[in-house]
Amino acid sequence: MFSFVAKRLLGAVPTLFVIITIAFFMIRLAPGGPFDSERAVPAEIQENLNRVYHLDQPLIGQYWLYLKSVLEGNFGPSFSYKDYSVTELIWDGFPVSMELGLTAVFLAVIIGGGLGSLAALKQNRTADYTIMTAAMTGITIPNFVMAPLLTLVLGVYLRVLPVGGWGNGHELKYKILPVVALALPQIAYVSRLTRGSMVEVLRSNFIRTARAKGLSEWLTVTRHAARAAFLPVVSYLGPACAGIITGSVVIEQIFSIPGIGRYFIQGALNRDYTLVMGVVIFYGVLIILFNLLVDVLYGVLDPKLAHR
Amino acid sequence: MSVTPLDAAGIGMPVEGTSLWKNARRRLLRNRAAMGGLVVLTIIAAMAILAPYLSAHAIDDISWDAISSPPDFAQGFYFGTDSNGRDLFVRTLYGARISLMVGILASIVSLVIGVIYGAVAGYLGGAIDNVMMRIVDILYSLPFMFFVILLTVFFGRNILLIFVAIGAVQWLDMARIVRGQTMALKHREFIEAAHAFGASSSAIVRRHIIPNLLGPVMVFVTLTVPQVILLESFLSFLGLGVQEPMTSWGVLISDGVKDMETAPWTLLFPATFLAVTLFSLNFLGDGLRDALDPKDR
Repeated sequence: MFSFVAKRLLGAVPTLFVIITIAFFMIRLAPGGPFDSERAVPAEIQENLNRVYHLDQPLIGQYWLYLKSVLEGNFGPSFSYKDYSVTELIWDGFPVSMELGLTAVFLAVIIGGGLGSLAALKQNRTADYTIMTAAMTGITIPNFVMAPLLTLVLGVYLRVLPVGGWGNGHELKYKILPVVALALPQIAYVSRLTRGSMVEVLRSNFIRTARAKGLSEWLTVTRHAARAAFLPVVSYLGPACAGIITGSVVIEQIFSIPGIGRYFIQGALNRDYTLVMGVVIFYGVLIILFNLLVDVLYGVLDPKLAHR
Repeated sequence: MSVTPLDAAGIGMPVEGTSLWKNARRRLLRNRAAMGGLVVLTIIAAMAILAPYLSAHAIDDISWDAISSPPDFAQGFYFGTDSNGRDLFVRTLYGARISLMVGILASIVSLVIGVIYGAVAGYLGGAIDNVMMRIVDILYSLPFMFFVILLTVFFGRNILLIFVAIGAVQWLDMARIVRGQTMALKHREFIEAAHAFGASSSAIVRRHIIPNLLGPVMVFVTLTVPQVILLESFLSFLGLGVQEPMTSWGVLISDGVKDMETAPWTLLFPATFLAVTLFSLNFLGDGLRDALDPKDR
């Protein structure tokens, strides 16, 4: 197990290197610069600015400088948020984004798993068709359509929930709409996955044995079928995490939530080089770690897959 | 010419054989959801192509006396107008043009790259396959959406280039599918026979492997198109995609969100069009998969 984790972490190094390199040159070679939108400053000041941010050096030199500072754990100062370092901005937004994302993943697994199992148990009956139609809808309608529609109905017409904002961060009513909008597509995916694998597992021999022993339907499903049926869901958690991170970019924008996703969009538009790079690297590491966690979990749940 | 008893009995006559494609077509035609999707898509595509002839208003016509007016058939504003007094009906149809074009274009790019890459890796195998798939693995673990956003920044306002670029990022799944299929195909007898006839590797890949991949690839393309359309709307929604005066469903939805409290139709019509198109494409894709691969339920 330990050597498996170590090997995977070592394997992540070239991936991260590729991520940093591609992102660095893409944002640097994009037209425009970080100081374009500000009012014109005298040439000497512009020169000073460029020197402070090392923008006067050749690009490849800047690349080495940047790599070195990232290795030291320093993402540099933000270009657009004066007096803030990128690290400060990321740690500022991360708790909000994480709370949003983890709640959505949790909901996706619990609700999606439950609905999917129910559909499998009632295969080809009304409940099955209803759940699968709803899941198809959840997958098809993108969250940037679903979120405004939910807001329109619940926030504008019925006035039961606020239409945006995050309040002081502790009020539940601000979190319901964004979390639901973020979780819906994932709930839909998980329920489809669970239904598919549950239908297959329920046909297998060990379930027949369990039933033949006279076990109740509830125990058969929860004790025996669930563990095998949830394996595909576990391996889907990696892509789900990536999907939630992507979704949170939109959701944070729609509901004006102060998370990392908003920083990224603003950073890309303002050519805030260091902020964009910082967010890309941060999420890259996060996705790699999450995928590793999922693989370890998978190994624990599926004894056939012993890690060497 | 004498009639032999065999001919009279109908034996020895060329029997109309039923091929994979014929069976697939029959199954597809029987699938109501898929055919419904196809009909809806045809209608939307026709409306998009005929957009300028279907409305009395041009895409950037501003009617000062009808700012944010609800749907009004007397004046020809079938879907109402936006906050600039522009006809939403014609703008939605122009949005359909962009969305459909972008979906098809990017899918073709991803198709070409993915099929060639996957077929080469799968056919050659060994160390080359290892390296090629390792590259795919690395690209897979990149935070995809962030790179798409960087690409749109990089290519600035050129919408076509952006989607060529998106196609160039979208080919990874296609390459994996094609590689798997190729590895399964390459040990079949007809490939060995081609080898025995002295066909070159590139000829075998072009003439024998790729045509046999058509089924799964076609299915995957129909499922890629909605993904790309979604991606375009997503980027345009964030203000990174299509720019004024051109429009797309993503732009319209994003405008609609801003005005939804006073003019909900500006959100509802483009959102409905996007959702219906995505539904139809998914139904069609699922139908194609069921038709071409009956063992998959």
